Amino acid sequence: MTARTIQVETLARVEGECSLYIKMAGERVADVKLKIYEPPRFFEAFLRGRHYSEAPDITARICGICPIAYQMSAVHAIERALGVKPEPAIRLLRRLFYCGEWIESHALHIFMLHAPDFLGYADVIAMAADHRELVEKALRLKKIGNGIVSLLGGREIHPISAAVGGFYKVPTKAQLLALVPDLEWALQASVETVQWTKGLEFPSFEQDYEFVALRHPDEYPLNEGRLVSNRGMDIDAAEYEDHFTELHVRHSNALQSVVRGRGSYLVGPLARFNLNFEKLPKAAQDAAMSAGLKPPVRNPFRSIVVRAVELVFACSEALRIISEYEPPAVPKADIPNRAGVGQAITEAPRGILYHRYAFNERGLILTARIVPPTSQNLRRIEDDLREYATQLVAWPQEEATWKCEQAVRNYDPCISCATHFLKVRIERGTE
Amino acid sequence: MSSKKKNKPNARPRVAVFKFASCDGCQLSLLDAEDELLAVLGAIEVAYFPEASRAMLKGPYDIGLVEGSITTHSDAQRIQEVRRECNTLITLGACATAGGIQALRNWKDVDEFVRVVYATPQFISTLKLSTPIAEHVPVDFELRGCPINKLQLLELITATLAGRKPNIPTYSVCMECKRRGNVCIAVTRNSPCMGPVTQAGCGALCPSYNRGCYGCFGPMESANTASLANHFHYLGYPADQTVRAFRSFNAWAWQFRKASEECERQ
Repeated sequence: MTARTIQVETLARVEGECSLYIKMAGERVADVKLKIYEPPRFFEAFLRGRHYSEAPDITARICGICPIAYQMSAVHAIERALGVKPEPAIRLLRRLFYCGEWIESHALHIFMLHAPDFLGYADVIAMAADHRELVEKALRLKKIGNGIVSLLGGREIHPISAAVGGFYKVPTKAQLLALVPDLEWALQASVETVQWTKGLEFPSFEQDYEFVALRHPDEYPLNEGRLVSNRGMDIDAAEYEDHFTELHVRHSNALQSVVRGRGSYLVGPLARFNLNFEKLPKAAQDAAMSAGLKPPVRNPFRSIVVRAVELVFACSEALRIISEYEPPAVPKADIPNRAGVGQAITEAPRGILYHRYAFNERGLILTARIVPPTSQNLRRIEDDLREYATQLVAWPQEEATWKCEQAVRNYDPCISCATHFLKVRIERGTE
Repeated sequence: MSSKKKNKPNARPRVAVFKFASCDGCQLSLLDAEDELLAVLGAIEVAYFPEASRAMLKGPYDIGLVEGSITTHSDAQRIQEVRRECNTLITLGACATAGGIQALRNWKDVDEFVRVVYATPQFISTLKLSTPIAEHVPVDFELRGCPINKLQLLELITATLAGRKPNIPTYSVCMECKRRGNVCIAVTRNSPCMGPVTQAGCGALCPSYNRGCYGCFGPMESANTASLANHFHYLGYPADQTVRAFRSFNAWAWQFRKASEECERQ
């Protein structure tokens, strides 16, 4: 029996820093470790003593790729603690804000981080030499998503307008209408992206996942809904910590989220699509059907197609919101300090993001708990690799290594997010 | 500065991007320069940029862009290697330039922080302080901001390639605010605005969105922090709020650090 290891010291095209180690003994996978060496930053610790109004600005700094997700989970959890419900126009604007982040983040991952794997390039730079039009389309899509974020939030990364109670400043109807021509182009480009991604080559690999996502009675989930799974879970955000726990695996350096009594689960585009297909707008459903996608999609490599379907959703939802929008009477509700505890879950581009805050009568935070999507997917990523690597036994080393990297990138992992909450031991990826 | 390591003539400058403790946002700013990205990539050779590429070429590099602060023993060693490999070393953003939001640990017991966040504290290896890159190695230019302004990044790259001084102003946010024609919210609404002591670069974003500046570009060249702290006191803001105002994304920058510590003493 021959032993073989696949090792990637610095995993590329993911946000943050980790390494990958797979040990194979003959046809068996003996060990899989996705090692996180990204240093911890202790957000939950230094949030204590800060005023709740600072939480959206501070937690945004957990992730430069999805700051809006952090701002949205923070404001919703805190408003719940304060017993405040923002007016409908604020609710719409928050959905629009999130659509901008989804467009920007999904376009980045589909074209610049994931597509090079399918087309055999080291990066988007090399890809651009042969596929200039594709890369230009990607950049324009990304820019349109960022355009929504910077109009509503002031800038693309760590926007400054989202607040507990609403926004410091809201756009006029005319400002939003000015986005429409670009968004119409983006909608069309997204439909084409679905068509393009469906023609990529996908390894034959399906797993029996527990998919976990928000579900809302009327809409594809972003900021609201109950947390559901295909194995019968149906809970409120306040019950999250009763149903999920973090395990310490002996040979892994990270705490990994599992469903209590069951095990690993999957959050993100595949989970949302499979659990909410009927809530997608018709344009997105049609695009999915034409790509031969219908739930349940169980091949994680096809997540690139599902992300493209979600691009169609985000563009068409943004257009719907803009057509309905009338500015709110009060951009930001004035809320007196009081003590409280509140939880919220929202759908970051990579999957559900849980926040819980408790604060005192001066509004100063006593405890904070944050569970980002990537730490919820980590165990599932390792489970995928454990199964998938067995298909690669006969492959040459370089190709097998690249395929394993691609299998990790299926999840668009954000290590910067995950690390502030994972147990970390500094260990560069050599054994 | 390290000894000059020259590429062969006519070769495009080799650029490397390194990450330490950070959120990834500053290096993402480069990819967010959608209109200019392909032109920039045509002018340089991206030799090492793990967030964007699995091709990781060995040094030396002409330009090293560093994001993030130093928070672990191994990163304190790694930055020394990075400095040796880079002819010009540029830090990007508040973490690399001032220690970042994670420098809030610098006033606390980090072991207690570890216990709050992690179940098995003995496995965590971390330094007591989060420190900027310049506390460890010489830095050729520090670009401010949490996050950086991508237009300033493009100006900095262009200037570095052309061998000229970058045009990055060091005056306060107030200058940008006046230029935008904003009504001063510090005066008219008694807002606790950090604009007078904060370096420009954001375009006076927060005041333009009806809120006080929160200092994410760090202290301006000659910041009169004591005067601003007195002003906040005069407006009736509690001292602990003023301490927090100076202690955010650039808390460990010496001017803000001094201001927050003085305020705490009083």
